[in-house]
Parts: sequence; C-alpha cells; structure tokens
Amino acid sequence: MTSTSTNVPTPPWRARLAGGAAVRLESIVVLAVLFAVMAVLSSAFLSVSNILNILLSTSVFGVLAIGMTFVISSAGIDLSVGSILALSGVVGAILTSNLEWPWWIGILGCLATGAATGAVNGFLITKGAIPPFIVTLGMLGVARGLALVLSDGVSIYGLAPEMTWLGQGRPFGVPVPVVVLLLTALVAHVVLAHTRFGIYAQVIGDNEGAARAMGVRVERMKVLLYALSGLLSGLAGLLFAARINSGEPTAGLSYELTAITATILGGTNLFGGRGSVAGTLIGALIMGVLQNGLNLLAVRPFYQQIAIGAVLILAVWLDRINSREGWRR
Amino acid sequence: MSLLELRDVRKSFGAIEALRGVTFTFDAGSVVGLVGDNGAGKSTLMKTITGVYAIDGGDIRFDGASLIGKDPGSIRQAGIEMIYQDLALARMRDVASNIFLGRELTRSVLGVKLIDSKRMRAEAEAMIARLGARIPSVGQVTGQLSGGQQQSVAIARALTFNPKLVIMDEPTAALAVREVEHVLDLIRNLKSHGIAVILISHRLTDVFSVCDRIVVLRQGTVIADDATGDTSMNAVVAHIVGATDANSQPAQR
Repeated sequence: MTSTSTNVPTPPWRARLAGGAAVRLESIVVLAVLFAVMAVLSSAFLSVSNILNILLSTSVFGVLAIGMTFVISSAGIDLSVGSILALSGVVGAILTSNLEWPWWIGILGCLATGAATGAVNGFLITKGAIPPFIVTLGMLGVARGLALVLSDGVSIYGLAPEMTWLGQGRPFGVPVPVVVLLLTALVAHVVLAHTRFGIYAQVIGDNEGAARAMGVRVERMKVLLYALSGLLSGLAGLLFAARINSGEPTAGLSYELTAITATILGGTNLFGGRGSVAGTLIGALIMGVLQNGLNLLAVRPFYQQIAIGAVLILAVWLDRINSREGWRR
Repeated sequence: MSLLELRDVRKSFGAIEALRGVTFTFDAGSVVGLVGDNGAGKSTLMKTITGVYAIDGGDIRFDGASLIGKDPGSIRQAGIEMIYQDLALARMRDVASNIFLGRELTRSVLGVKLIDSKRMRAEAEAMIARLGARIPSVGQVTGQLSGGQQQSVAIARALTFNPKLVIMDEPTAALAVREVEHVLDLIRNLKSHGIAVILISHRLTDVFSVCDRIVVLRQGTVIADDATGDTSMNAVVAHIVGATDANSQPAQR
C-alpha cells in the first residue's frame, strides 16, 4: 500500500450535493427549478396530498426507468417496457380474478411474465444477433398484442385484495408503490454501482470488446440485463394493475418514452458506459412533477405528450454537448 | 519443455481463411517475435489463443492442457494475458477499475459480494508505482489519460496477476521514442523473471533487439521460424513480403 492520496475526479462539493451517488448536478437543478415554478404557478401543488400524488404516479414509470438504466448503461435500449407492463398486469389479473388463484400466484405471475418476456428479448439480441432496438420494438408489438388477446381486449376487474393493497395501501400515509419504488431503487443502486453485475453492464456499454477480452461473459450478461428490465416491467405492471384493481391491456402506452426520458435526464449515458440509479430517480421525479404540474394547470393531456417528447430530445442534446466538452478536457 | 503448443490452427471468417494451419511451439521464459504484413493473421492468431475467437480446427495447448472451448476469462486464469492493440480499456472507468477489469476484488456485506474499490485503488497504485509509470491518479478516468499512460494501464493490467505468458500486440506503435525503450526494457525484465512474451510488431529493430526467436506469418501460415541469431533483417523482410530466399524474386500475389 502506498500513501499517495487518491484524487476523486468529481469535486467534493459536487459529490456532496449529489449525495455521493454520482448524480448529475444539472438534473437536481432542473428538478428544483421545475418544483419552484410549479409551486408558484399552482397553489395546490405544494400540499402533502399532491406531493404524495406525484410520488405515486412516478412510482410506476420510475420502476420501469430503473430497469431501463441498466439496459441503457450497457448501450442497449428496451422499447418493450410499456407493453410488458400491460401483459404482466393482464396475466396477474387473469390468474387471480378469472382463475381465482391465490394472491401470491398473481404476484409471481406478473413478475415471471415480465422476466420471461425480457429474457426472450435478451436471447433474440444475443443468439439472433438482432439489434436491441429492433428486437424490443418487435416485442412492443408482440407483448401488447398478447395482452389484448389474453384479455380479449377488455379490462379484467377484481384482483385479490392482497394485490390491490400493493397499489392502494397507505401504511403510515405513504402509498405502497412509493415504498416499492424506493426499495427497488436502493437495491438497484447497490447492484449497479457496487457489484460485478452492475459494473460489467456499464463496461459492456463502454467497450464491449474489452469486456469480452477481459473475461466478462457478455452474452449471458445481456440476457440477464433484458430479463431484469422485463422483471421490473412486470413489477410496474403489478403496481399499475393493483392501483386500478384491474388488468388493463392498454396500460402503459408510450411509457417507454417516459422511462427513457427519465433515465437520460438522470445522467445515464444514452450511448452506454455509465449509469446512475439515483440520477434516474431524479429524472423520474422531473417527469412526475412535469406531468402533475401540467395537470394542475389544466393543460390538455395532448400537450403533455409533446412536453415529454421535447424534454427527451432536449436532454439528449444537452448530454451530447456535455460529453463532447468532457471528452478532451 | 514447451509452454504453448499450436497445432494446425485454422480460422475462417466467412469465405476468408485467416489462419490456414498454423503450427509452432513456444518455450517457457522465451521471447518470440511474431511478424508479418497487415492481414497476415497475427492478431487473429493471438485472439484464438486468448479465447476471443473460437478456432475452426487444430489444437492449442498451454501448460499441457487444451485451451479449446475455453472462454477468455478462464484462459486469463490459466496464465495468459494479452495487451491488445486497441488496449481493450473501458475508457469511462477509472484506472483501478481497468486494472482489475474481470477480476474485481470484492468484500462480502450481508452475503452480497460488493466491489472493494478502496483495496483495488490501493493495489492498482502499488502496481503502477512498481512499473514506474507516471499516472496522475488511479482514480482518474482512463479516457482522459494520454496514449502512453493508457498503454501503461493496459500493461499494468496484464502484469498484475502473475501471468506465465504475455502477448503484446503492437505495444510500441503509438509511443514516443523514450516510451518505446521503456517497453523493451520491460520485456527483457519479464524474460529475466521467467515470463514468456510474444511480441507482435512492425518495428523489426525492436523485434531483433529483444526476441530470442522470430516467427514470420504470411497469408495465415508460418513461413519462417528462426532463432534471432540465425536470421537477418533482410531475410525476415524477404519472408514478410513473400520474396523467396533462393532467387529473391517477389512471389506471385
């Protein structure tokens, strides 16, 4: 051991502001500014019930965005998350509502459906050598279609009460989905930043050839990464179905847009190499505050789509400028 | 006793036969220069040894055991390290992570294996110091280092885990003159410690100054394999470009 001091590349004040979790300062500033603007524009914004509302609506696509963070870190993309969400919710509803099987089978059914669909994505990407964009775009159609076929295109009402508690329960006033989101984020943060799995995901996005040459089993990793994204889509599907007490074949439409936007806003590099779960959480909150604020201001939902899409393009544009500057310092 | 043994190694990419039956043996602690024109199959051959490419035919044995079907991780485990021409670095990660890439140190927290960054940094720093490389900090992002410094990181990674054989693919191509001398000294140093080296290089003066043996590859086969003392710069050049020793005429393309 030598006594030479190790320089931390980020300045300490910045690391401290970001809670040491490698969050981009910009995303925190954006969230704070957006929060302040909304608070000024709408008197209802700052109420406790509205804040809980924001967190509640953030929880579903927040869970999606956490899975997306792993996939994008590895220089991949998963466009099928919204469709897998719907498929998983429908399967969970069929198991407990139509077949009247116990609640835990319903929960396992949601998660297993998501993980299995994601694993299929991963196999097609690795064994079939088809680009992730195409495989998951195809799965966006296939999973949505399966959800419609299985449900006959209608909502399946009446989940087991233990399941609906996951969506509607409020122990100590905190909605269960918010707790699920935070716990998922905590585990995911540790996995992405502090385990081989997480580091390898980022190294694959950084330099896939190097990862392979140094002994990382790239193909196996990719299957696991898409399975993980699918698993979290299944979890999001469970939360969504539980909240509305119904398996909805049209749930999660265009949620891939929201999840990708949240991930990029959080500082995960769109072209892979580095990712931050804490950042994604901030990114998801930005999306939540934006949607909630626009709702409170009675902006028509059509405009919200425009806003989300514009934010995504803006975020990527800023990221490009940022990385171009950072490259040759 | 031979450390590495290649027998009739074949590899094709589609219709292109990159390796058409390469055979040679390699002794422990020796330094062999592998030379040949661009596209002669040098890098491909080395990547079949490290497990990056699976071979189509033949056999590769290291320390008596076949390497066929093994993945790059277990071949590194067996004691073969390679310094790739593109250096194979994760440029968004710091120096310590790159040195330990694929072999991260972990500590167990509640039964979960977490990366031990602190120990990795300390050991990476010691390794860099032992090599005498000048790198500002092992916490620095690798992509921000100069070409020579990145080279040092790749070298440090190859030497950290007590290899028996180190393959270097054009280690001096991107270096300044003084840095080249440093790499050549390093090769001599490895040899004196009984570590075998395969050096791929276009710079024949480097090859002649450090290698015990020179193997010439042309169009995917070994066309010359001589002790350095038994051959000459001219002969090696003639082999590389395909002129035969007998009449010094360019062979047909």
